[in-house]
Amino acid sequence: MRLILNTAEPQRVGEVIDASTTDFTAQCYELYQSPPLGSLVKTRDLPLELYGLVYNAATTSIEPGRRPIARGKDEASEEEIYRSSPQLMKLLRSEFSALVVGHRQGDRLYHYLPPKPARIHSFVYLCPPEEVKEFSQSFDFLNMLINTRLPVSTDELIAACLRQMCQVYEDRHAFLVAAGKELAILLSGQFNQLKAILGRIRE
Amino acid sequence: MSERLGIVVSGSLNKGVEVRLDSSASVEEMAVGRYVTIEGEKQRFFSMITDVSLGVIDQKLTVTPPDISDPFMAEVLAGTSTYGTLHVLPMLTIGGEVASLIEGPQPVKTVPSHFSAVNLASQRDVELVFGSEDERKFYIGTPLDMETKVCLNLEELVKRSNGVFGKSGTGKTFLTRLLLIGMLQKSKAVNLVFDMHNEYGWEGRNERGQKVKALKQLFPSRVAVFTLDEENSRHRGVSTDFVVKIGFDEIEPEDIVLLRQTLNLTGPAVEAVYQLHRRFGKNWLQEATDLKDSEETRELLKDLDIHESTFQNLKRGLATIRRLPFIEPHAPTDAVKRILEYLDRGINVVLEFGRYRDIIAYILVANMLARRIYTQYQDRTEKALGEGIAPPRPLVITIEEAHKFLNQEVASQTIFGTIAREMRKYNVTLLVIDQRPSGIDAEVMSQIGTKITCLLDNDRDIDSVLAGVSAKSELKSVLSRLESKQQALIFGHAVPMPVVVRTREYGSAESYKGFIPSEEAETRKQAEKDIEELWG
Repeated sequence: MRLILNTAEPQRVGEVIDASTTDFTAQCYELYQSPPLGSLVKTRDLPLELYGLVYNAATTSIEPGRRPIARGKDEASEEEIYRSSPQLMKLLRSEFSALVVGHRQGDRLYHYLPPKPARIHSFVYLCPPEEVKEFSQSFDFLNMLINTRLPVSTDELIAACLRQMCQVYEDRHAFLVAAGKELAILLSGQFNQLKAILGRIRE
Repeated sequence: MSERLGIVVSGSLNKGVEVRLDSSASVEEMAVGRYVTIEGEKQRFFSMITDVSLGVIDQKLTVTPPDISDPFMAEVLAGTSTYGTLHVLPMLTIGGEVASLIEGPQPVKTVPSHFSAVNLASQRDVELVFGSEDERKFYIGTPLDMETKVCLNLEELVKRSNGVFGKSGTGKTFLTRLLLIGMLQKSKAVNLVFDMHNEYGWEGRNERGQKVKALKQLFPSRVAVFTLDEENSRHRGVSTDFVVKIGFDEIEPEDIVLLRQTLNLTGPAVEAVYQLHRRFGKNWLQEATDLKDSEETRELLKDLDIHESTFQNLKRGLATIRRLPFIEPHAPTDAVKRILEYLDRGINVVLEFGRYRDIIAYILVANMLARRIYTQYQDRTEKALGEGIAPPRPLVITIEEAHKFLNQEVASQTIFGTIAREMRKYNVTLLVIDQRPSGIDAEVMSQIGTKITCLLDNDRDIDSVLAGVSAKSELKSVLSRLESKQQALIFGHAVPMPVVVRTREYGSAESYKGFIPSEEAETRKQAEKDIEELWG
């Protein structure tokens, strides 16, 4: 799935339903419409804007105790399942979690944690390319990613995030090399980890 | 604009500083001997690269090297996980201190602070250090990978003895020609060249066999060619000014002492020379070789306390000398007098040896002439000092195969040893050309002011050339990595810091033009001279 990145207005992708200082979870308005792994999203708590990197996404039943059951035995295709049981769309929900990696106050962008976590029900937007570019001018967020414990592997997240970010650059290669060099310095003692990440971001 | 290479990360004044290369600077483009400037907080340090090495941030990289066939990987790792380091030796400081601003670059007394930026030296920096060509400075070559001129201060150079060293075929002769031309143009000194291989006076040949002009062809009015072998000179089409003949009576015992090894004389035989000289006086050589195997001779030898076998040994040696064709019972004109006449007129003298290239002739003649010229100069200088008149013109004597004159055994006895040690006071210095500097006496080596050395690869030779120089080990690595052609390391009195140069082109028509001053300059010089004469 490829998102349209060139909209003038930031694209709204969900609403915060759970928040802490280091991350927030948002529910998507449409089922399966969570932003791709590693993309940069933001939420507002004026005067602050919080930036997050999507590190996890999940689709589950709206009731924790009720698990979905298999329905496709007599259907010809997967789409038919949803067509014949339209209520499914309302019984399931998609969520994604984002790691807070920085914030903006006024005109300035800070690559460290904001003073307060996001508010519940604040809207979450996908950052437009210009903003991604602005944010990735500094690679300070990589240090944050390396030092966080997450349910997904950090290597995967870093690689996914750099792959997403490089899309907005004309010279993707130069961006990736610069990021790679930053990683090489940060991971100076862990060559194997560096190698794993570099292997995932090369084009 | 200067090109940034990296930053200083550690170091000491003694051992030089370590510079970590930026990822944008390629380790392969660095070269030992190249100049860099370090931007300290208060002053700039003019320095030379003395070593280039590779570093890794994580030792695992050396154990399990990454896949470098992947260009992305290679590009990322270059300059971060893997990096180049330079070992840089600060030599001079530019700017900053008052003394440095007024008197130009000063020797370093400290190191730049941590993380000072390191740039490739700009043309301007090099010019600031080595000066530009002027009335005293002679353009000898360019630094590696640069177009700037490195200039030697010849006025300073001729004040001390100097040496040109290098293996055979590394360009000693070309360098010497350049130096001679330089001295001829830019200093007040005159040269006396003992030209063993007939290369400096008239034309010589380069390694490709092409003819190369020499001094007399370039400066006909200021160079005289003397020859020992008239016939050979005529064959080669050389216009000679004087044919040198040497009389038996001009050879003195000291000359024989020097030839001891070459003539294979024993110790007592050398002793006997002095006794014979005492007995027969000036004509001793002729008298001694003319002695017949008779009762009278035996009596004489007994009288002089010379053993028969010693005398035979000596006689064989002396016969070798007598056989030299340029030696005659009585020389028609005094060669020394003639040489001095020319030198006094400011004309440089090149003495060609023609076919007599064997070392016996060379040592004998060079030593003999030099000794007598030395005496003259000594007398004149002392007289000049006493009477307050102008001392004689500074004289530079050029000798090849110098280790034959200046080795440990004979250096204390030959005139060249004396000149090297103390003749500076009497306005005579040496230009020593040699391929085995280790053969030269350490005491003489230590008196050599400026050393110009081409490639040397024998450890002992390198050690002897670099003896007493600070940062010896760094220069050693530079010296042993010189290219075998047209490159030389210059250090000592006449240059502010050791410098590796690509020697100036010599041998093409273009290059000759550079040596001969343009008419305009000549006229100006003449005018200045006239003014000086007019107003005193």
